[in-house]
Amino acid sequence: MTWRRVLSALLPAATAVAVGVLLLLSVDAPPHEALRLIFEGSLGSAGGISSTLMAWVPLALAAAGLVVTFAAGLWNIGVEGQIVMGAVAAAAVARYVPAPSGVVLPLLLLAGMLGGLLWGLLVGVLRVKGRVNEIFGGLGLDFVATGLVVYLVIGPWKRAGSASTSGTDLFPREAWLPTTGSLTASWLALAVAAAVLVLVYFLMRGTYFGLRLRAVGANSRSAFLLGISTSRHLLGAFVICGALAGLGGALHASGFHHKLVPAVSGGYGFLGILVVLLAGFRAAWIAPIALFFAVISVGSTQLQLRLQLDSALGGVLQGVLVLFTLLAGGWQLRRAYRSRRRTEEGG
Amino acid sequence: MSLELRGIHKRYGAVRASDGVDLRLEAGEIHGLLGENGAGKSTLMKVLSGFVSPDAGEVVLDGKAVPLGSTRAAIRAGIGMLHQDPLVFLPFTVLDNFLLGSGRRVRRTAAARELERISGEFGFHFDPEAPVRSLTVGERQQLEITRLLWLGARVLILDEPTTGISAVQQERLFATLRALAAKGMIVAFVSHKLEEVEALCTRVSVMRRGRVVGEAALPCPTDRLVEMMFGRVLTPPPREAAPPGEAVLELDGLRPSERGAGEYHLAVRAGEVIGLAGLEGSGQRPFLRTCAGLQRPAAGRLRVGGLDLTSAAYRGYLDAGVHFLPAGRLEEGLITGLSITEHFLLAGSAKGFSIDWDAAEADAAARIEGNLIVGRPGSTAGELSGGNQQRLLLAMMPPEVRLLLMEHPTRGLDLESADWVWRRLLERSRQGTAIVFASADLDELLRYSDRILVFFAGKVLREVAAVETSGEDLGYLIGGKERP
Repeated sequence: MTWRRVLSALLPAATAVAVGVLLLLSVDAPPHEALRLIFEGSLGSAGGISSTLMAWVPLALAAAGLVVTFAAGLWNIGVEGQIVMGAVAAAAVARYVPAPSGVVLPLLLLAGMLGGLLWGLLVGVLRVKGRVNEIFGGLGLDFVATGLVVYLVIGPWKRAGSASTSGTDLFPREAWLPTTGSLTASWLALAVAAAVLVLVYFLMRGTYFGLRLRAVGANSRSAFLLGISTSRHLLGAFVICGALAGLGGALHASGFHHKLVPAVSGGYGFLGILVVLLAGFRAAWIAPIALFFAVISVGSTQLQLRLQLDSALGGVLQGVLVLFTLLAGGWQLRRAYRSRRRTEEGG
Repeated sequence: MSLELRGIHKRYGAVRASDGVDLRLEAGEIHGLLGENGAGKSTLMKVLSGFVSPDAGEVVLDGKAVPLGSTRAAIRAGIGMLHQDPLVFLPFTVLDNFLLGSGRRVRRTAAARELERISGEFGFHFDPEAPVRSLTVGERQQLEITRLLWLGARVLILDEPTTGISAVQQERLFATLRALAAKGMIVAFVSHKLEEVEALCTRVSVMRRGRVVGEAALPCPTDRLVEMMFGRVLTPPPREAAPPGEAVLELDGLRPSERGAGEYHLAVRAGEVIGLAGLEGSGQRPFLRTCAGLQRPAAGRLRVGGLDLTSAAYRGYLDAGVHFLPAGRLEEGLITGLSITEHFLLAGSAKGFSIDWDAAEADAAARIEGNLIVGRPGSTAGELSGGNQQRLLLAMMPPEVRLLLMEHPTRGLDLESADWVWRRLLERSRQGTAIVFASADLDELLRYSDRILVFFAGKVLREVAAVETSGEDLGYLIGGKERP
């Protein structure tokens, strides 16, 4: 049976690649050249590797948080806004707290977590107390957060001299994350993200809180009758996810952009949803899948420079991959259901 | 004209809703279809009207086979159904609802004239431009009947049409049905109320557990109908009388809801077993759920073990020792994707932060053995059979339960499992747990209860002592009648 499992894992990937190749051919781009450019752009140079790793950090953190909300049965679309608010809170610390790195960096990361946490809690309160579906509440708050950043960047926090949508002034050097040797990527950011992945894995696998959260997500009615406070657990899930996403935003702002830019999240929240879907909602698979997605996201910018293709093509490839994986999963479920029905009828 | 159903089979999962039903309806008669809830009446009628595709069987109208599984084909063949809740679009006008689904190209003015003509025949009055939302349930039914007749229905099926309409409207409905039958139509009247069927129908078929178990021309002795509905219930030996303990559950003018008819005064003592009899939807559900703390009472007082819980939250009920086992085991009891081990962990409300999985699995394995559950610690709840799900639920019950409330504790279980469940329950009762359970199984009610509350039309019709009651008495009471 093993070969069938391998096949079922490879089939969607192969289909996605085939569709991607067809797509490239349809715009007269040589597929192998495009793929080469993607990998060269993201892994072929020190700068590329740094960008890829720093994209991996918010992606992995958002995905880790989403594992928690998905376990509770929640579609936390608001994760994008939670990343943004984390970055905003971190930028506020960087701007207003003149202190040495040893003080300002912990503060900045804590502020980032708090910013994301509050934004997540807001979605949760809307859902639990206001009966606003978390998808709508989250999406609305995403727009509010994005609007707020743009306002800050061209308004109160505009660059000295001229306002520009390219971002605020650079943070003071003390608020930059330490770099790693010749790479501009920050070992601190990587270590924090890796540690969080381990923690979330343990939280979901080995704690009563994680178990109760899964119970609420799988059947909130049964969970309630068992005496589990569903609203408290839903809020808890939002708090955790928001804090982790906010942490990702803070790390990304201070470790990669070194300033607040309008596109500070860069869609990593939404991409994180795809990562979790592809990982089958399991924390253990997030690290490699997030890395793969970071490679494609960073590398596909090369397509634009070298082949005059829109870099959105990378997003299309990611989306196609997730779509086919989900499709294959659904197809397997149907087959399993049918064969079970057949055996039941027979018996 | 005659309508024949031949060998209709329909399964939902493990439930045989229709188990080889043959039925013949003749023109000019009002044919009653009688049976308890869940007997398979609605499924059968939905097959007839094309709402549900049967697994096997055929429907023949006037010698011609009717295509199955399509409401459009059914109405084209002349079979129309009035559903228990009339299928109307509330925000639309009367005329829009009348036109919807006709599939014809008609001018609105012409359709409005047709609506007036047909409804006039039966003394119905509609404002074509009024929103259907403003109509009473009875008027919505009248609109549906008018619409079905306009579409050419020769066979009219009515599924429990008297629920939610006034007595006057019921009279008018019955008069309409008699008029239609007199014109040579076939009318099928589905009900679980004996009196209605006796008042209206000319023939009756009785269903039980997916089969037609008997047929009779009316009038016929009620005794016979009751027996067909519930089977011959041999009055079982009464259980030994419980030693009277202190009052565990006290209800003082408790009203589960503002609108409901039920108002309850009751004291249940420790070790006592109270059965709730009655057709489904007669008020047992809100009663149990209010006692379980899942629904705030609208009025009255509720005390458990002397503690006033009237305005307490569900958590307060749990802390007071109330435990509720609902009918939907996978909906409101177990959690489909989680394993047996995980269920025991959740039910144990174990304190602490991290889980010791090895210890938890060992504990689960021991409890699986102790409770005769067929499954492994890693089996998910969805993989278990109904009987094993019930065993798991019982095994998850906390050790100290003061008041145990249950809906259909043995529904869907084989005899052996049911017997095991009750042995466990009676053990609890001997230790002082007060048990209140709803059941549709007369034998179960008589065998295990001390007292039985018979629910009818949303309230308690009568309280009887199990010892002094026969299965027949109970059958009558459930149908809303006194035994003569």
